[in-house]
Amino acid sequence: MSGEQGRTIPFMLNDRPVVARVAVYETVVEVLQREFGLFGARESCGQGLCGCCTVVVNGTAVSGCLYLAVLVDGAEVVTIEGLATGGSLHPIQQAFVEKNGFQCGFCTPGFILMTKELLAHCPHPTTDEIRHYLSGNLCRCASYLDIVEAVKMAAEAGGSTDRG
Amino acid sequence: MPKLETQELDRDSRAPYREVGRSVPRLEGAAKVTGSAEYIHNLRVPGMLHGKICRSSVAHGRIVGIDSSAALAIEGVHAVITIDEVLTLVANPYYGPAFHDQPILAHGKVRHVGEPVAVVLAADPHVAEEASNLVEIAYEPIEAVFDEVAAARPGAPVIHDVLKPAGMFTDLKYLQGRSGTNVALDARVRRGDVVRGFAESDRIFEHTFRSGKVMHAAFEPIVSLAEMNGHDELTIHSATQSPSFVRSEISRLLGWPENRVRVRTAFLGGGFGAKLYIKLEALVAVCALIVRKPVRIALTMDEQFYTITKHGATVRIKTGVKNDGRIIARQVETFWNGGAYADIGPRVTQKSGFTAAGPYDIEHVALDNFAVYTNEPPAGALRGFGISQVSWAYERQADIIARTLGIDPLDFRRRNILREGRPHVTGTRISNLEIPGVLDLLSDRMEWDRPFDRGTGTIRRGRGLALGLKACISPTTSVAIVHVYGDGSCAVHCGTVDMGQGSDTVMAQVAGEVLGIRAESVQVLHPDTSSTPYDMGTLGSRSTFHMGHAVRMAALSVRAQLLEIAGRAFGVDPTDLACCDAAVVCGDGRRLTLRELMLERFAMQAGNVVGVGSYAPSYEKANPETGQSPDITPFWMLGGAGAEIAVDMETGRINVTKLVNVADVGRAINPSIVERQLIGAAIMQAGFTLFEEMILIDGQVLNASLADYKIPGFLDLPEDLSAAYVEIPHENGPFGAKGVGETGVFSPAPAIANALYDAIGVVVTDLPLTPERVLRAIRKAEGRPMEDD
Repeated sequence: MSGEQGRTIPFMLNDRPVVARVAVYETVVEVLQREFGLFGARESCGQGLCGCCTVVVNGTAVSGCLYLAVLVDGAEVVTIEGLATGGSLHPIQQAFVEKNGFQCGFCTPGFILMTKELLAHCPHPTTDEIRHYLSGNLCRCASYLDIVEAVKMAAEAGGSTDRG
Repeated sequence: MPKLETQELDRDSRAPYREVGRSVPRLEGAAKVTGSAEYIHNLRVPGMLHGKICRSSVAHGRIVGIDSSAALAIEGVHAVITIDEVLTLVANPYYGPAFHDQPILAHGKVRHVGEPVAVVLAADPHVAEEASNLVEIAYEPIEAVFDEVAAARPGAPVIHDVLKPAGMFTDLKYLQGRSGTNVALDARVRRGDVVRGFAESDRIFEHTFRSGKVMHAAFEPIVSLAEMNGHDELTIHSATQSPSFVRSEISRLLGWPENRVRVRTAFLGGGFGAKLYIKLEALVAVCALIVRKPVRIALTMDEQFYTITKHGATVRIKTGVKNDGRIIARQVETFWNGGAYADIGPRVTQKSGFTAAGPYDIEHVALDNFAVYTNEPPAGALRGFGISQVSWAYERQADIIARTLGIDPLDFRRRNILREGRPHVTGTRISNLEIPGVLDLLSDRMEWDRPFDRGTGTIRRGRGLALGLKACISPTTSVAIVHVYGDGSCAVHCGTVDMGQGSDTVMAQVAGEVLGIRAESVQVLHPDTSSTPYDMGTLGSRSTFHMGHAVRMAALSVRAQLLEIAGRAFGVDPTDLACCDAAVVCGDGRRLTLRELMLERFAMQAGNVVGVGSYAPSYEKANPETGQSPDITPFWMLGGAGAEIAVDMETGRINVTKLVNVADVGRAINPSIVERQLIGAAIMQAGFTLFEEMILIDGQVLNASLADYKIPGFLDLPEDLSAAYVEIPHENGPFGAKGVGETGVFSPAPAIANALYDAIGVVVTDLPLTPERVLRAIRKAEGRPMEDD
């Protein structure tokens, strides 16, 4: 990339300071994949509608397929890879495993990150609150009923406590 | 032959089962929730180029020129590939599972909007994309045809000069050399004398039902990456449901032996039929061979709309009944909109077409099924392989007949269903199929006997039910290998692709059951044609039955070897031993773990014990004149659905308040996975029923993106959604299991529409049941049609 199209940006990625050389037109998902080998956020619809590309920037879930990489300059970025600590799963991840809250798994990281944001705002959501909050994430395998169960289980397990 | 084998196996197996019937959590759970599961989507290799496809902007036309100069002038563009470059490698560049009709890149003409014409290759995907917009393609338009009925008529613009059946399916060979037609396949079934049947009928009903085009929208868009190994070998990494087929097709195109082509896959981010047979693989393969570098092509969601769809279909159904509600004659004509390339469409036509009379016992039947080329994007397999298009017709009409005759819809079905042992219209007997049981369960879940309040005023309520019958595809083959490694751990090598349906877990349960080990400790390798044996493909709900059978036989072979080793060590007859808790145990309490057995066998902690199993059920080709065969399928599948809806008379909007999906599953190897397949299918089919529809005008897809093509989300779920199943073990299934991946899509659409009919008596013949379509029908029925109707 030429000088005017490139930027060098420092940011925090899953609690570690990092620096990346990015093009001004590149998205967060592209940079996470190319520079850091992180593939948990992934582009599917390419329009910010399905939620497969969800990453958390400064505490807010964003669509990583639309969010320009240059905008995370100096920000704190959390991806699905930042949730498990050491070898143990985050309670939300554990709940998704136990309740089978996925089938093909492609949309799952997005659902888990949105669940984390939901539980931070609302530690004990009702079914309607879960459905409404997660309605911006789509699952073509349609594991929706199991996702609700997983979110409830995570809430009971104290999934709102931030370990990441 | 397979039946005998199975009986022998059944004597061998112990019940109650430990692994079979247990809701084992998916083996890959931790990988999927941490984002670390492997998808081909994630793969990058050093030196790789990204390909971006330049697509046709016209529906039917001759290519008069391709000018790549502006694209090549962009810094970073490595090459622009057209058919001219492809022809230097592949003299006959046409591929496809049913017909060799699809060129690797457009060859002289284009047949649909979005057809790949050229590929720009660059190390930077943004460069490839930018340059792809600069390739100038000039066309001389040809008259196009889009409607499947119009395209089937003599005199319609001809899309392919001559039919070119591929040869893999011997029952398509008769089409060789046929020309001057868009009808790619005409398949018929004849039973009794339908003319006499209608003459003897008290009432005759005639309707035409249509299903619109819809799309899989698998979330991992179609992606393939090809790279050379050494000088003359090729590896294709592909998000494919059928690695074995890809290998043979690439080998055929290149004229190479199959052992120089390796095809591997990983977890698929959904498939639903979109990733079957061959999609991008031939294109990436020739690109990699031309530039001698790895080439990756990944579609966007939008491009998937131009790559493969479900068939739109027109179904004309004429039914003769007696006043007592018995169906005595049925004639069905189905026209399948196959788009510009056959893909597997002719097989969809044939296999679903012969079930178009439904799960009913009818004396006089005539079925005619036409696979039709049109200038729309190609149609292929989509979860159900055409069944939901024909069940939409026969189950919708069932309720119209029942109401006209004053018979309860459930009762009408009970009077007509095929019972065990009765011949299906193809002549194959119904066996191991619980049609009455499914109806009973449905009636129970719907509380059919209780009074139902249909409401008055603006919100009206109704309920409906429907059935759907499928014959699992045949003939097909699966081969599996089960290994015990030197340390006693176990792995299954099989070609079944886990695209979310949970096959890895199920295969581990099958092997674990036979070997007396926990499914969680079994490793299931992902398909790689260099190390996993042949499988026809992960399609048509065939894997649990066919591959499950092969894995079971492979595991039985391993078990026999382990018992032999232990028998020698213990000095007892192997038949006195059993596999249990990861060990071989003797009646007297002595036991050797698998690890110890390997040490016993190889005198060091090393070696392999290997078992191979293969399964190809018996099959008899149907008579082409009559469609009759005594053995047309290895197993029958039956789904049923019940729906309760509320419809808003002012807006036409349907709210599904209850949806029950019921299936005959033989035996649920993993009950949790079975239930999820049925519920997932119900939601997907509810989307196809209520709002999903590709809008095409002159072959252009007007809504080729998820922004404009809505799929079901949380806010679209029926309020009360559930699944249930009957388990009557199938005599040939592994532990009695049948496939279930598609069963849940057979019936929700007609069940919901029957509920609408029950609510307000309005007949809507076309899917989906959008508020607009419903409102127009309401207004018409009220005698005050919309201005433009």
